[in-house]
Amino acid sequence: MTPARTTVDLRPPAMRLRPIRWMRRNLFGSPFEAVLTLLILCGLWFALRPLVDWALIDAHWSGQGRDACAGGGGACWVFVRARLGQFLYGFYPEAERWRVDVGIALVALAAIPLFLPRMRRKGSIACIALPAAFAVAGFLLTGGAFGLVAVETGRWGGLMLTVVVAVTGIAASFPLGILLALGRRSEMPVIRTLSVAFIEFWRGVPLVTVLFMASVMLPLFLPDGANVDKLLRALIGIALFAAAYMAEVVRGGLQAIPRGQYEAASALGLGYWRTLGLVVLPQALRHVIPGIVGSFIALFKDTTLVLIIGLFDFLGIVQAALTDPQWLGFALEGYVFAAAVYWVFCFGMSRLSARIERRGAPANAPAGRTW
Amino acid sequence: MIARHLGDPRLRAYLWQALALAAVVWLGAIVVGNTVANLESRGIASGFGFLDRSAGFGVTMSLIPFGETSSFGRAFLVGLLNTLLVSALGIVLATALGFVIGIARLSPNWLVAKLAAAYVETLRNIPLLLQLFFWYFAVLRALPAPRGSVDIAGLIFLNNRGLYLPVPVASTGTVIALAVIGAAAALLVAAAAFGFGTPAMRGRVRLGCFALIGLGALWLIASLGWDRPHLAGFNFRGGVSLIPEFVALVVALSTYTASFIAEVVRAGLQSVPRGQIEASLALGLSRRRTLRLVVVPQALRVIFPPLTNQYLNLTKNSSLATAIAYPDLVSVFGGTVLNITGQAVEVIVITMAVYLAISLAIAFGMGGYNRAVAMRGT
Repeated sequence: MTPARTTVDLRPPAMRLRPIRWMRRNLFGSPFEAVLTLLILCGLWFALRPLVDWALIDAHWSGQGRDACAGGGGACWVFVRARLGQFLYGFYPEAERWRVDVGIALVALAAIPLFLPRMRRKGSIACIALPAAFAVAGFLLTGGAFGLVAVETGRWGGLMLTVVVAVTGIAASFPLGILLALGRRSEMPVIRTLSVAFIEFWRGVPLVTVLFMASVMLPLFLPDGANVDKLLRALIGIALFAAAYMAEVVRGGLQAIPRGQYEAASALGLGYWRTLGLVVLPQALRHVIPGIVGSFIALFKDTTLVLIIGLFDFLGIVQAALTDPQWLGFALEGYVFAAAVYWVFCFGMSRLSARIERRGAPANAPAGRTW
Repeated sequence: MIARHLGDPRLRAYLWQALALAAVVWLGAIVVGNTVANLESRGIASGFGFLDRSAGFGVTMSLIPFGETSSFGRAFLVGLLNTLLVSALGIVLATALGFVIGIARLSPNWLVAKLAAAYVETLRNIPLLLQLFFWYFAVLRALPAPRGSVDIAGLIFLNNRGLYLPVPVASTGTVIALAVIGAAAALLVAAAAFGFGTPAMRGRVRLGCFALIGLGALWLIASLGWDRPHLAGFNFRGGVSLIPEFVALVVALSTYTASFIAEVVRAGLQSVPRGQIEASLALGLSRRRTLRLVVVPQALRVIFPPLTNQYLNLTKNSSLATAIAYPDLVSVFGGTVLNITGQAVEVIVITMAVYLAISLAIAFGMGGYNRAVAMRGT
């Protein structure tokens, strides 16, 4: 499928400069640059030194209770260590936490083939393995049969809830997003209008209002007496919201498929669905993997909003721990720890997506939701 | 017989569409039916009559007079104005910061470029809500009480009650100075538009106008009186005071969005091919004119659409205000009013409609702009 190349683009040869020449060129290129460099170095010294002192050198790492942090101006990481179990699992019973680990590991294992460059038929494998892994993980988390104690979703929390919301959101929005993208490109006016209206509605409103709607209005929409779990309501709202963005990502991939592919498929006698399943989607979805990862990062950050409707996700549980009378005054430690965890996840995923992009996705692949 | 007709693609298309429409109508009917039944059983009267009723609560910040006797409709207006204010200020600050950082990322100075990159990668990989909590709870609420305020040059004061800024007070001189600046600017525009006289004369007129504007500006600054905040009793009087919720929201929104705008700006500047710059320099244009006449116009064409997208995101993200109780639309109307009246459907529909209207208005505006600047004849 590589397009015929008539010219070969060669990169200019890399310039290797010796350190002194490199510094003269890149740090002290002109008097103005030199002054700027020195000013920045000065500023960094005065800004970073207290920070390093606080976070590492003067920090308290070991001990029990807040007495361990008495004296000195350093950070109190004892607080984070004491609460780590809660930060990771929320109020999930301690004896059952292995179920969370196994469930998340299963889903991660099923997703690995997608990221292996040389794996063959990874799409088909993922189509079977991922839903199966989701089903098993979902059962592991909720329990209630085969000797597993039931754990109601009210006790879920922490990083585990964040991962559950983000992964469920992306997984549920994926098929819906593909259908909406196809609908938006459909030649049938009714289907197209409905898809456009759906997509633009969800993209036009903030997630906070979507969550309010899910928690306040959704119960009104259902028949009297039907009681939907609070977490499930939030998940429904997030899935619909994410589906609209996913639809736009997939649409970008569909637009990148040349008309000739459709025509060739028709010439081979394939119908609409077989054209899509065998020719169009396998190519289109490969184009949009970076866009999907981008959406996942955005969703991962957005899961924090569920704390507004009273769920204890990772940020929610850190925030709650800060108001614990036993540990008052460690807000900075809590926020820095939470920020570091979110940063590692998001930055890691964006690097992963950049690697996939370099490996083969076309340069004009759509970027997806990038905020 | 029927099977043969079903093979007809046009008939099948009609069938599919009818089916989709029927499904949507059916789903809508069920939802409406359930909602009406549920509201009846809870004794909530639907309709928008509640907007005229007296609200009976106060807000911490409002741009229009609002008291406990004001109506729920007025509370809606207070929230909407607060949302617009925070968004407008956030957009201005995020744009300024974003452009500076985006340009800094392309600086020939390695340190400047890396610092800008570090800013972008840090800020955009941390959830906005976490940054908002950080600014509000860990920074602003942790500040000392008014007596121990952070004092910046005796003009600006920052404490746990908020930010206090001096406000300019106009005098007669201010009005005259403004008139002089306005007249000079009008002359400048007229000279540029009609192009009278010889080029040399136009140059002299332009120089004169700039001199007048400069003098007028100096006079303007000199003529302004300043109402400075000062400590009186337990709090500050005078100047303008901003509540900490507002400050935290503006800072968090603008620094977070700036990291995305920086990337937009960088991509836009990099989208101008090197050959354009080289060609322009080869034609003898100075570096500044190259930037102004060749690079910026082409870069702006690329920058503008994603930039408006970021503005839209900032406006929608301002709804996070509800997490720190800044009285924005979602917080006042979707939170307080909804809880008091119980009119969930009406309140959420109105709130969503407002955001949707803003989004669609900006989307239409952007569509028009795109058509206006689209490359012609390529």
